[in-house]
Amino acid sequence: MNDPGGFDRHHRSAARAGLAVGLATAAYGISFGALSVASGLDIWQTCFISLVMFSGGSQFALVGVLAAGGAAAGPAAIAGAALLGTRNGIYGIRTAPIVGGGPWKRLAAAWITIDESTAVALAQPTPRSRRTGFWVTGIAVFVGWNLTTLAGALIGEALGDTRAFGLDAAAAAAFVGLLWPRLKRVQAGAVAVAAAVVAVVLTPVLMPGLPVLVAALVAVAIGLFNWLGTPDGPAPVPGAAPSMSDATLPVPEDVLPVPGAALPASGTRVETAS
Amino acid sequence: MTFWQIIILASIAVLALKVAGYLVPPSLLEKPAAARVADLLTIALLAALAAVQTFGAGEEIVVDARVPAVVVAIALFALRVPFILVVIAAAGVAAGIRALS
Repeated sequence: MNDPGGFDRHHRSAARAGLAVGLATAAYGISFGALSVASGLDIWQTCFISLVMFSGGSQFALVGVLAAGGAAAGPAAIAGAALLGTRNGIYGIRTAPIVGGGPWKRLAAAWITIDESTAVALAQPTPRSRRTGFWVTGIAVFVGWNLTTLAGALIGEALGDTRAFGLDAAAAAAFVGLLWPRLKRVQAGAVAVAAAVVAVVLTPVLMPGLPVLVAALVAVAIGLFNWLGTPDGPAPVPGAAPSMSDATLPVPEDVLPVPGAALPASGTRVETAS
Repeated sequence: MTFWQIIILASIAVLALKVAGYLVPPSLLEKPAAARVADLLTIALLAALAAVQTFGAGEEIVVDARVPAVVVAIALFALRVPFILVVIAAAGVAAGIRALS
């Protein structure tokens, strides 16, 4: 580590990776803004969600359930968003030692702890480049995401009849896109199929929002008993793509197209991988 | 509940979960089941939301222009087409089918 040149190089490449991921993610905030307005929320509500909630999967879940069930589906919408947000808490356990600093700095760090900032940070080779990767990515995504949310909301309002423009299909495609990078294991694929079937079968029976929550129980059951999982293997990193454990640095942006993208396992469970 | 109350509660809940990660002891991660459940929970929720968004209309199941749009989206994701382009393509397929039918 007595190599200041290498130190600087890692530092710069972490910053570059963070900015690239920030740009890629920002483009996608437009779809959230437009879909949120199409779901019946106004521009202020849409921007508030991106500012405070700031987690793509949870945001799409919230507006998706509200679009289907209106305010009556509020409790289910809140539960869905919160459940999808639990993985950020797991990320925080890993990123807390990286960011350091006092309580205010840690609050700011928690705010921007999402798939992208965690993935870029954990993929860096040195403590300093990990810290740089975390903050640059988190801040770049935060600024870009909120600006494009506003732009998307304005576009959504201008469109008017959103169904004619296929925005309901766009929302479905967005969920598929968030899910896609996570389907690397047999267990993950089985859970996804089972959850989708349960949710569709229950849709005519339960009020909007609840079928999604019941489907989540499928995951809890399979996860607790580790059905279809690898016996006594290392615990999967949330959203981890095992095939990425030998990823070269920096994280290629195409691994992280969107919030909710798979978290590369490099630097996280490498010590336990065989 | 009003939309604003729902939005504020949900936003605070998601933010609080992030903060909680900075407050809990790291030993929580030693339990493989906890990390595994959190991982699979995300997958199940996203899959269920995708399915309901594709087939649901309130409390009914409806097969319409969304289905071919999502099939196209899955194919494009498999081809590693960037997220935003896939979402736009899906909207285009559904809009095109609706305009023609």
